[in-house]
Amino acid sequence: MSKVLRTSRQVKSKLFSIRFFIALLLFSLAGSGISHAQDWVKTGTNLGVQRIRLAAASFKPTTTDPQTDPLKTVFDNTFYNDLSNAGIFDMVSKSMAPPLMPGSPQEINLSQWSAAPSNAEMVAFGALGVSSGRITVFGWLFDAKNAQSPQILGKQYTDNATADSARMIAHRFADEIISRLGGGINGIAETKIYYVSGRVGNKEISVMDYDGQGAREITHLGTISLSPRISPDNSRLAFASLGRRGWSIRMYSMDLGRMVAFNSPGGTTLSPAWSSDGAKLAFSSDKSGDPEIYTSDASGGNMRRITAFRGPDVSPVWNPKTNSQIAWVSGRTGLPQIYIMDSDGANVQRLTDGGYATSPSWSPNGQFLAFAWDRKYGPGAPGGQDIYVMDIASHRWVQLTHDAGRNDFPSWSPDGRHIVFQRESNGHSDLWTMLADGTQQQALTHNGSSSMPNWSWK
Amino acid sequence: MQRLNRKIFVSTLSVVALLTVAGCHKKQAAPPPPPPPTVTAPTPTAEITVTPNTINAGDSAVLTWKTTGANDVSIEGMGQVATSGTQNVKPTESTSYHLVARGDGGSTDATARITVNAAPPATNNLNENNVDDATFHQNVKDVFYDYDSYDITGDGQSTIQQDAAFLKAHPQLKVVIGGYCDERGSTEYNLALGENRANAAKQALVNAGVDASQLRTVSYGKEKQFCTEHNESCWQQNRRAQFSVDR
Repeated sequence: MSKVLRTSRQVKSKLFSIRFFIALLLFSLAGSGISHAQDWVKTGTNLGVQRIRLAAASFKPTTTDPQTDPLKTVFDNTFYNDLSNAGIFDMVSKSMAPPLMPGSPQEINLSQWSAAPSNAEMVAFGALGVSSGRITVFGWLFDAKNAQSPQILGKQYTDNATADSARMIAHRFADEIISRLGGGINGIAETKIYYVSGRVGNKEISVMDYDGQGAREITHLGTISLSPRISPDNSRLAFASLGRRGWSIRMYSMDLGRMVAFNSPGGTTLSPAWSSDGAKLAFSSDKSGDPEIYTSDASGGNMRRITAFRGPDVSPVWNPKTNSQIAWVSGRTGLPQIYIMDSDGANVQRLTDGGYATSPSWSPNGQFLAFAWDRKYGPGAPGGQDIYVMDIASHRWVQLTHDAGRNDFPSWSPDGRHIVFQRESNGHSDLWTMLADGTQQQALTHNGSSSMPNWSWK
Repeated sequence: MQRLNRKIFVSTLSVVALLTVAGCHKKQAAPPPPPPPTVTAPTPTAEITVTPNTINAGDSAVLTWKTTGANDVSIEGMGQVATSGTQNVKPTESTSYHLVARGDGGSTDATARITVNAAPPATNNLNENNVDDATFHQNVKDVFYDYDSYDITGDGQSTIQQDAAFLKAHPQLKVVIGGYCDERGSTEYNLALGENRANAAKQALVNAGVDASQLRTVSYGKEKQFCTEHNESCWQQNRRAQFSVDR
């Protein structure tokens, strides 16, 4: 046991020392140009620079039940994708991995994995069986370079034998590995993405797993609902909805499976945002005759206006680290720009220096804002709307998407390593994810009618 | 025959009840003292007016009549009525209201005519205070905005003046102002901008003398595009405050 602990500690300290080194390097290079921009984003978003080389073996089928093979396929694919998506591993591709299915610690020969061409530092492997309608998975994580005591993790999972269960087990085991090898930061394989589904005129709120699987519609209101924001404890979903009297904030209880009361003020009320303690909401309301930012408690009581400037003020988001600051979008000087202020409205500071900037999302560690920016917006201007990340302290920014559609509504994953966003092209809108340094962009939906994603807090 | 009598009786009763509740012309409504049986009784007089005398289909008008020396007053199509009174009418076509006042001194008649402008086909059910959509949109034009702006332009100002004139002439009309944006830009920001546009139009109408209680605003941002092509002329059509009857 103590050896296992030491192993994981060694891994962690290795990661930390790399990060520290990079931070020092950046400090010494500060101001020397944008070519290093990707590095500071990587470091700040826990992505590290040197990735652990990890092999995920095909799991060994241990039963002859006819469900075994299909469930194993679901499990293997989900498990590999989760580890690959995590952003902290250099995955051994399936063609490079030894064609072996070690089903237990006795059956694995680590030297076969640590040797070329796989060159794995770590190996995840195990066994999957189905009997009497139950699926059972044994999973291990071994350090391929530590022949003496290679085991880092050993886990067992049992659930009903369904494809959903097979995916959930894969997510849970992947998250264990990611947490253990990723500096103790929880993986995101069990998180959800809330979003708007449907086209012009009829839009509902839907949810899916972080990898785009298991999508389902939550609301059935038959109107236009936008801006879903899940509460930090996953219990309540706030969103804006168009009713006969205009836009109001509505609340859906995920626990009760129905709409619950929210005291939305009169007038157009839009873009709710939860504080990270779940105690407060910020939103935009034109109760006063002009759209302004307000805060309230979680049921809409104790409303407090915190901006007072003519023009659109919308899309607030709390600093999740402190809940003492709010970033939002204001059109007070013309085209919309990103601003931050204290949560009581003091210390207003403009962050963007022009163009058309909207849809801020605050990174979980409080350090960055992701937002959509068209830096050359205007009639006839060939600007593209792309996702950017800004370091709030230094105002340095980096562009994450390039020359691919119109990108909007970035939302950070809880581990701070990923961003989900909306990409529109040719009139179709789909959800995409990427690592927080802009790499590994991949489409989550392909139906052309998904927008405004919001990543759950856990 | 009996049923018809009952109908007349009921409608008379309801008119009397209406007048009593309204408290109008109580003195005239009181039964005149029994006239002496003499042949020198004066000839009744009768007046009837309808205001306004021209309406659009679906609108209502007020019918007012007054008689003297009569004890049996009826209006064609309405049956027996009080000797004096007022009533809201809502004719669907041009109508002559023919009043006959009979008294001991003979009978007199009077006529008021109302012209009803034909309703355009396929209008919604209109309630008494509403103007039909075609008339409304003929008289109340949308206001267009510059790119990413919610300021009323010079053109917009003159549109607002004309719109305000119509709305002031129809103070019972309730109006929704929808704020719209073109397809570019971001959904949430466009909803806030659309609200600013609707509010700017509302404020301009109020400044031009329209009662604020007639007006309410809804932002549609870019959620309900009027024009769906991707060019400036189409975007310009979408950047607007659109007025419609609040039903």
